[in-house]
Amino acid sequence: MSQPTVLDRHAGLVPASTEPQAQDVRLRGPRHKAGVTKYVWRGLALAFAFGVALPAAAQVEVDVVGGISAPMPIAIPPMPTPAAQGTPAGSTDALGRQVAEVVTNDLRNSGLFKPLGPEQLRAVSMDQVTAPDFPYWGSTGAQALVEGFVRANGDGTLTVGCYLYDVFAKTELARQGFVVSPADWRRGAHKCADTVYTRLTGEGPYFDSRVIYVSETGPKKKRIKRLAIMDQDGANHRFLTNGQSIVLTPRFAPNQQQIVYMSYVNDKPTIYVYNLGSGTQRRLVTTNNLTFAPHVSPDGRWVLFSMAVAGNTDIYRVSIDGGQPQRLTNSPGINTGGSYSPDGSKIVFESDRSGTQQLYVMNADGSNQQRISFGGGRYATPVWSPRGDLIAFTKITGSFRIGVMSASGGNEKILTEAWGDEGPSWSPNGRVLVFFRTAQGSGKADLWSVDLTGVNERRIPTPLDGSDPSWGPLRP
Amino acid sequence: MARTTTRLIVAAALIATAGCAKKTPPVLPPEPVGAQPGTGQTEPSGPVTDTVVPGSQQDFLRSVQSDTVHFALDAYDIDPEARTILDSQSTWLQRYPNVRITIEGHCDERGTREYNLALGDRRANAAKNYLVARGIDASRISTISYGKERPVAMGSDEASWAQNRRAVTVTLQ
Repeated sequence: MSQPTVLDRHAGLVPASTEPQAQDVRLRGPRHKAGVTKYVWRGLALAFAFGVALPAAAQVEVDVVGGISAPMPIAIPPMPTPAAQGTPAGSTDALGRQVAEVVTNDLRNSGLFKPLGPEQLRAVSMDQVTAPDFPYWGSTGAQALVEGFVRANGDGTLTVGCYLYDVFAKTELARQGFVVSPADWRRGAHKCADTVYTRLTGEGPYFDSRVIYVSETGPKKKRIKRLAIMDQDGANHRFLTNGQSIVLTPRFAPNQQQIVYMSYVNDKPTIYVYNLGSGTQRRLVTTNNLTFAPHVSPDGRWVLFSMAVAGNTDIYRVSIDGGQPQRLTNSPGINTGGSYSPDGSKIVFESDRSGTQQLYVMNADGSNQQRISFGGGRYATPVWSPRGDLIAFTKITGSFRIGVMSASGGNEKILTEAWGDEGPSWSPNGRVLVFFRTAQGSGKADLWSVDLTGVNERRIPTPLDGSDPSWGPLRP
Repeated sequence: MARTTTRLIVAAALIATAGCAKKTPPVLPPEPVGAQPGTGQTEPSGPVTDTVVPGSQQDFLRSVQSDTVHFALDAYDIDPEARTILDSQSTWLQRYPNVRITIEGHCDERGTREYNLALGDRRANAAKNYLVARGIDASRISTISYGKERPVAMGSDEASWAQNRRAVTVTLQ
């Protein structure tokens, strides 16, 4: 395999800014367990380790199974600081308010909470962080309360403290501290929101994650497309490519250090592996054939991709470090997509071998290819949920809509109703799907998300238009 | 585009001597002294010859029936109209055996992103295979798919979509 040229390594890219490395963030678990053992809220009457009986009516839980019941009122006052100090990210008292805002927005955008945020609430003192005024909070209608603090540590890092309380039972439900660099203060806020969310819903976390996508602008005939990365709430947005070449379908590797995507740079459409830390890239495979639709395996070792040879497209697998590809499909027609099950044992993909685009599942070695879609219409862009239970897809029946089905096929549920919804990608907890919506006529595309029960459909604001979103893993 | 009438001598020998040149067209003799473009004369007074270089993209466009063939929805077969167009391209390509081409395959917006990349590749290859069957050497033809990324018609209606489902032949200069 030839070495990538210098041109390849920088072709089409914007200069890399400093990418925070995983080791910049040191996250510590609870410092005090306060004698609280783990238990599950499922409507059971529970006796606490404190020995305090829980009033039967005051069960703080969010029902996520049957669809969204009334969002839970939750109070998130501004977070105080033990001592106001300047940091590169601003003073710690300002950060305390901002952390509460980020937590508020995360919880509100999940659709499961109705937050009373810092802009609506009075400030609290440091004493109250560990000894809340429960009668006051009860009077606001809040059922749960999030308090915390932001502290500048002596070594240039910050600590974001995060406490979750049951207002009715007047008990502490969770307590976590997060040590972050000032530049990463938002991650501390997202970790706090994740702590609250997981404790109250029983779902996995997802707020401390990023989305990579294609930022679009310009006329429909000649869209300018740039790779872009942002936090899942839209913050910390930056461009990775310069817009001089078409770029498509970026996807994270699980280690979050690499992104695979397809570029037309040098008029040679092919797949690149882009390193977020160094800001350079290399071609995935050396071939003159069209290669596209890259997907990384859950263990980060393999990249599935499609290669078109003389008009026939099949799915291949290659080490993410490059090398000899292994062919997985060998049927006349178009076989593309290719998304691994979370345990890496199976792959769902799309094929038109039956005459129309349908979904198929095969073993990771390409054996036992079975069709799983049988509803009317065509099915495309399948992605396997990180929870393993569902496969999301684009369903085409004239219009394009986002749907999910069980991993064995069946139990199909269509989640959106629009002219051109396409390309779903799962949040790290398998609860939310991000996709792009194209307007009829103008062809203007935007990023949207929807809960897997079909509710809370909302637009994700981006600086320009957007398409081909891919939701990255939870950040460690 | 009106130009001052100018006679250019284009010798058949120039074409023959294009030889192994891969990219550049044959070199033209210098214009006769005194001939100035844009002197204000608007009507050509004799037979019109112009500065289009034989074997060039411009020459291709004005010589063939069309540089574009169209396809039905989800299809990639070459229909009778496409055949006629590709036949005219093939004739021209046989006249200039050293010209290489790229065939671009395109789709309308009514398909998903990745499938359309593959379908565009199918269409480009269908046109290529037809030309090869007509005697054009396969090594002269490269293909590229643009999926749905580069429509020519901007509407979201059947007429626009029909225009966008196409394979376009472009000479490499």
